[in-house]
Amino acid sequence: MSMDRRDFLKLAGLSTVGIGAGWVLSRPGDILEASQFLQTKELLHAKQWAMVVDIRKFKTAEDYKKVIDACHRVHNVPDLGNPKDEVKWIWSDSFEHAFPGQESEYMPQEMKHKQFVLLCNHCENPPCVRVCPTKATFKRKDGITMQDLHRCIGCRYCMAACPFGARSFNYRDPRPFVKEPNAEYPTRMIGVVEKCTFCEERLAKGLMPACVESSNGALIFGDITDLNSEVRKVLADNYTIRRKSELGTRPSVYYILDIPGGDRNA
Amino acid sequence: MYNGGKILIGIIVFLLFAAFPFYNNIGKVSAKPEPKLDTPVIQQLAEKKCVEPKEFMKAEHMQMLNDWRDAAIREGKRTYVNSEGKLFAISLQNTCMNCHSNKKEFCDKCHTYAAVKPYCWTCHIEPKEKRS
Repeated sequence: MSMDRRDFLKLAGLSTVGIGAGWVLSRPGDILEASQFLQTKELLHAKQWAMVVDIRKFKTAEDYKKVIDACHRVHNVPDLGNPKDEVKWIWSDSFEHAFPGQESEYMPQEMKHKQFVLLCNHCENPPCVRVCPTKATFKRKDGITMQDLHRCIGCRYCMAACPFGARSFNYRDPRPFVKEPNAEYPTRMIGVVEKCTFCEERLAKGLMPACVESSNGALIFGDITDLNSEVRKVLADNYTIRRKSELGTRPSVYYILDIPGGDRNA
Repeated sequence: MYNGGKILIGIIVFLLFAAFPFYNNIGKVSAKPEPKLDTPVIQQLAEKKCVEPKEFMKAEHMQMLNDWRDAAIREGKRTYVNSEGKLFAISLQNTCMNCHSNKKEFCDKCHTYAAVKPYCWTCHIEPKEKRS
């Protein structure tokens, strides 16, 4: 039997199409392609989540500890016991360190020595997201600066970019340092960067962040784009400042300061 | 051929050495992995079904876990609708391992057999099991 070039090419072309179609049809991925993902029914919606820290309501060391422990317990944040390896999601520091450039020699001593509750600012223009080479850290639609630790390669660019020191690197395996692991939440591994997530896993269940819940009203949380939200009401009624707002990252964490003797002239 | 005898002997010795794993294992059958499903939660299920059919889960669970991961973290979608329209919370620790609380007898059975080492458990907390 002989075949000319033309027929040979026709047959070869048809065979190729046949093999391709067979492969496509025989793939088992039908379910995967058809599968659907939904948001949880309870999910709290927002365009930009924000927090107001009413520092007037933080009086004793217990007030700070309660809030910090609540967060670190649910998120399996390790206590490595030394400041070099420290991993923190929410912590406290002095006025000078929280608001550098704002302090003065003559400011009220109470304010100067007051501790401020600090956490990730979930900036509207986050520099950590811009520098991340793997898009492991990214901005969610609800304004949370989220991280996908599956993607983090531990380059620490985000730590260099964050002006607030909100990010911690796992220099050591954190597992042995989590005293009572919360079995519903993962830990992290050596070599990834972690920080506060505004409790997005709790928002998905319709719950407020753990720190807010345990703060007795000292932390106020809500959607800053919603005129009727509690944060907007608090911001309208009180003078607030943000950390390093001059850098243009547009932080979403606001501070109501204690004004010692503020009503002296009132 | 110069030194033909030595070369031939060399080749034979090399082949015997290189093929050692093959003839050493001829006739030995390693046990087929049989992941166990007898956890308290599974036994109480009225209908013993995973989120998708068994055959699909066997072949595609790794891809599915990746899809779950991306949906939950990157898109914030934490509910999965299966092919029958049932809803499941997307969570390795709280959904998958709630039923399959016997990681050693379930996950590890095949993973060890196939010599694959998924790194889920460097971060995700595995269920507590009685050490046997």
